[in-house]
Amino acid sequence: MTTDYAALEPSRSEKFRQRILPLILFALLLVVIPFFGPSRTTLTLLNHMGINIVFALAFNMLLGRAGLLTFGHAVYVGLGGYFCVHILNWIDASDGGFWSSVPVFSMPIWGFAMGALAGAVIGWPSCKRSGTPFAMISLGVAELMAAFAYMFDSFFGGEMGISGDRMSGPEFLGLSLGPLDEVYWFIAFWTFVGVALMFAFTRTPLGKLSEATRDNPERVQFIGFNPTRVRYLVFIFSGAFAGMSGGMAAVQDEIFTPESLSLIPSGAVLIAAYIGGIRYFTGPIMGAIVLTYMQSNLSDYSAGWLLYLGLLFICVVMFVPNGIAGMVYGGYDAVRKGKTAEVLGQFALRALGVALMAVSVIVIVEVAFRYSEGYGEVFEPFGLSLPPESVLTWILAVVPLAAGIWLTRHVTRKAEEV
Amino acid sequence: MNTPVLKLTDVQKSFGPAKIIQGVDLEIAKGERHAIIGPNGAGKSTLFNLVSGLYSLSSGSVELNGQVISGKKPFEINRMGLSRSFQVSNIFSNMSVRENVRCGVLWSLGYGYSFWRNVGNLKEVQEKTAHILNEVGLLDKANLPASLLPYADQRTLEIAITIAGGAEVIMLDEPTAGMSHSETDRAVALIEKAAKGKTLLIVEHDMGVVFGLADRISVLVYGEIIATGKPSEIRGDPRVREAYLGEEADHFEGATA
Repeated sequence: MTTDYAALEPSRSEKFRQRILPLILFALLLVVIPFFGPSRTTLTLLNHMGINIVFALAFNMLLGRAGLLTFGHAVYVGLGGYFCVHILNWIDASDGGFWSSVPVFSMPIWGFAMGALAGAVIGWPSCKRSGTPFAMISLGVAELMAAFAYMFDSFFGGEMGISGDRMSGPEFLGLSLGPLDEVYWFIAFWTFVGVALMFAFTRTPLGKLSEATRDNPERVQFIGFNPTRVRYLVFIFSGAFAGMSGGMAAVQDEIFTPESLSLIPSGAVLIAAYIGGIRYFTGPIMGAIVLTYMQSNLSDYSAGWLLYLGLLFICVVMFVPNGIAGMVYGGYDAVRKGKTAEVLGQFALRALGVALMAVSVIVIVEVAFRYSEGYGEVFEPFGLSLPPESVLTWILAVVPLAAGIWLTRHVTRKAEEV
Repeated sequence: MNTPVLKLTDVQKSFGPAKIIQGVDLEIAKGERHAIIGPNGAGKSTLFNLVSGLYSLSSGSVELNGQVISGKKPFEINRMGLSRSFQVSNIFSNMSVRENVRCGVLWSLGYGYSFWRNVGNLKEVQEKTAHILNEVGLLDKANLPASLLPYADQRTLEIAITIAGGAEVIMLDEPTAGMSHSETDRAVALIEKAAKGKTLLIVEHDMGVVFGLADRISVLVYGEIIATGKPSEIRGDPRVREAYLGEEADHFEGATA
């Protein structure tokens, strides 16, 4: 008996709308951005966003798609990046040899290869475990590599790291990669390649098996697959794409320091992926954009920006476990089901609640920060004066917080009653 | 006589001092539908786990088509043509029904761990997936998340994943547990269809199902097979009746009637 299997699959137009169109729009966005004449600061920010998007997606191949939490994924960025900075120097120093024919544009490919190699070596023992032991091993590896980085100066350059020059070697596509807007095209190209390839990966048999292994490793064994092998292969790819983002960063920043493979960027990518939403492919993209923006801009406004980031992370984990992407897609679904007014109303109330709480949190953090510094500086937002001993300060620290908590709980209870 | 498809020789399993399986010998012929029954805690599921490779044997051996499979990994045994289901639904809960079955199909069609192909473009895979979904009657629920299926449908999906790889030996662990009468009837019809031309080994508590389905029955009590034979022989066996004293003995009466 033959069955009409085509009816099961999404239709051609659905496939186009869900898989191809978003990529086309993404490419268009990347192409259009430079026509708005972004400043040098904006370009640098955009470039770092591209690098972090690739890194966060690579990280989420493990956490979201394979169910493997790692605390040390920056190791692969660092190794890929360091390798690429060395190549930059080899290209610079070469005189007609192999390296003299290598364009700097190809750095992400070298980073990819190095990341894959590192993933293949480190993943071999660590992928024999999953769950908590895997996470602990990743933490250990990260510490180990950070220690290595300070010990082996010839490769890692000690505390100062090593630097290179992106303007050497043959040009590719007429890009000298000197000015930042040319680096933008380089980053945009590789960001698109990385996003497209990692999306394609989710559609392959191995990509599907990685989800199956995440859901139920026991059953995977009984459909003919070795879950350890699945994890290992995914790990290599994840390391490779992380290394690719390292290659991108090597060209953008022209320097790599041991800090780049420490626990700090490893933690940052975890936060980015989680805030964006690890259950969705696009989640880490959104998270990387938000986090990169916060890293570079919020730090200008407030010395306490890491505190805000930490609070945001905790709140996302506790209250919006599906992250930004979960909210976006949830809202989109509701709109399609014709519940726009209801959802918008709820969203507005929640947003108001969160804003009220944010007012108090900001007052508390900023006043406390200034107080702890001991220079007697006063927090003066919008012409207000909020010294620690003023009654107004305490009112602002308590009343909006209480009101915000009451409002969000009220909305949540209402929503549950329906 | 041909070599048996599945041959267990003096299979033993102990967990510490507890001897759960104490020397099981069993031969199952090609195309046979063999049921294992026994009181709770007799070791039926343990025996399944030993044959399918989830547990390692303390001693003895298991052969599949004359090849020793004891000591091999579950995925290796699966590739050799033995597939099993679980007593508790063991599905990929975050994937759709179709994706669940598709994962079960992949290895048998030779797509292994490939990362250079788009699953959506693999015609063979899509066709076989649809064929199996149709056979088990889940076609109309193909795109639902597996976790949202009603219980009986999850059990059906469990069987669908088990048969998806086209294994010649199918082992079902209590496929009708927790089902209503009508659901059980449908499950039995499905099992008969799925096991056609294959060798079936089934653990089941519902005596109606066992006596209706099995060619031969083995009775496992305290880790030992106390009787093996045709349903009529098992019914009349006094040792079996003794092991099943009380409530379950009534099932035998019911099955005889």
